[in-house]
Amino acid sequence: MTSPVLLAAPGWAPALGQPFFQHALVAGTGIAAAAGLVGYFLVLRAQVFTGDALSHVAFTGALAAFALGASLRIGLYGGCIAFALLLGVLGKRGRADDVVIGSVFSWILGLGAFFLTLYTTSRSAGNGNAGVGVLFGSIFGLSSGQALTAALVGAGICAAVLAVARPLLFASVDEAVAAARGVPVRVLGFVFLALVGACAAEATQAVGSLLILGLLAAPAGAAQRMTVRPFLALALSAGLAVAEMWAGLAMSYAVPKTPPSFGILAVATAVYGATFLRKPRGRRAAAAANAA
Amino acid sequence: MARQGTSPEPVSAAAPVVALQDVAVRVGGRTLWSGVDLRVGAGEFVAVLGPNGVGKSTLVKVLLGVQPAHEGRVRVLGGAPGRAGERVGYLPQRRSFDASLRMRGTDVVRLGWDGDRWGVPLPRSRARRAARKRIAEVIERVGAAGYAHRPIGQCSGGEQQRLLIAQALVRRPELLLLDEPLDSLDLPNQAAVASLIGRICREEGVTVVMVAHDVNPILSRLDRVVYLAEGGAVSGPPAEVITSETLTRLYRTPVEVLRTSDGRLVVVGQPEAPARHSDRHADRHTGRDGGPA
Repeated sequence: MTSPVLLAAPGWAPALGQPFFQHALVAGTGIAAAAGLVGYFLVLRAQVFTGDALSHVAFTGALAAFALGASLRIGLYGGCIAFALLLGVLGKRGRADDVVIGSVFSWILGLGAFFLTLYTTSRSAGNGNAGVGVLFGSIFGLSSGQALTAALVGAGICAAVLAVARPLLFASVDEAVAAARGVPVRVLGFVFLALVGACAAEATQAVGSLLILGLLAAPAGAAQRMTVRPFLALALSAGLAVAEMWAGLAMSYAVPKTPPSFGILAVATAVYGATFLRKPRGRRAAAAANAA
Repeated sequence: MARQGTSPEPVSAAAPVVALQDVAVRVGGRTLWSGVDLRVGAGEFVAVLGPNGVGKSTLVKVLLGVQPAHEGRVRVLGGAPGRAGERVGYLPQRRSFDASLRMRGTDVVRLGWDGDRWGVPLPRSRARRAARKRIAEVIERVGAAGYAHRPIGQCSGGEQQRLLIAQALVRRPELLLLDEPLDSLDLPNQAAVASLIGRICREEGVTVVMVAHDVNPILSRLDRVVYLAEGGAVSGPPAEVITSETLTRLYRTPVEVLRTSDGRLVVVGQPEAPARHSDRHADRHTGRDGGPA
């Protein structure tokens, strides 16, 4: 869709020669594919709100790591996965419930503000922009090692989602029948929440904690509007997320004033909006997928 | 609690599909029912009847192995309940699918075929062709071919119910456990779905155990009924169990059984006994917690 156009644009070609852009592309591809796959099930299970709650946790976890001088990765992944599982325990049967999320996540955000204050006041040597970096992402600032790690974690999340995709679909759509057929419905619910947590932590690096929700929800929502075939929609969701990531990065490179997180989510939102212009039908969706 | 008037069971040479011996179930510290004896032979059509909140759905959950029996012996297809896997088809007491669910009827039937396997289906495999053939066949069998390709949330209640019966049937189960399949259907659809289940039972030799709220739509097709009432139960052929005297005793309120001019039984004055606990249509998420009904 947008990417071939931007490939031809004059601002694009030199980008591929830039190490920071290469790193962003490598990391962004892994992150987007994982977010697309996880997002499909979030939308299907009506758990998008969980992703939102986890974005707050990602912010707080990262700032707690800064404030306490721990590794950012431990703060992000530890916080998100632990909190995702906690949501499952508090909600019924491995599904986090709206009231639980609503009452806890504003408190978590407040805790993040506390850690931010702690960090900026007590560690004077620290980076004053840390809060902004966590909130809005810093994908153009990744080292090659960080980019490779992000891509590998993304690939791992993708592999895990695909491994549980069929029983998770069964459990999401038809819980009682799935349980009767021996699908470990409750365990799958927790496995999925842990994957959402890992994905939120991972995506924080690219689009920032505030914008995770868009990357989880927009491609998946668009894919579900474009086709009624579940596994095609799953693939389409991942494909759209990756294409939107590339297009957003290219846009951000070509127009220097646009931060990458804005570029990525602008494209993602535009694609989701565009699905409302056509009637959601299976065949057209397949054609659109080929075009993308 | 004493067992009430269990009729002598015919001695069958073949192993029964379902065998309950003096089974009792406790949920949340309360005995829902006890002293239930039941032998269901292959190809029989059995209804589980009783007032609201008495634990009819719990009986189905016992047969699925999801709810343990407190005492007594339960055998399903010759083994412990819950071990028969795809040899048992299950239709839970149902909410309808969300209207926004973007999935076709065929996809829901497909989940019954291989939804319990790990991974994702591979395109163009031999397994996929076999799955397609069987799914098309079973959808044709329940008469859902006309709307199986529409998003299931946009199908009517009767259409969804047929698709879900197809989902339960797709692996060719030997035992079909149906929990209130006629609930929330209008009268023509009740009759149509009841006759579909009757045909499947008769023509394909599938044993059917069906929880029902209202016995009349299925009464003519039944081989055996189980009446659950507070504390006790009665099972046997309909002609023996469905009598004014037995039902009046079980419900503790006057119930009359009438015979129509063509010989069919009709139950009149069956009380809508108030559920002792939650609503009969409890939230589906609580299903496994074993709420009564």
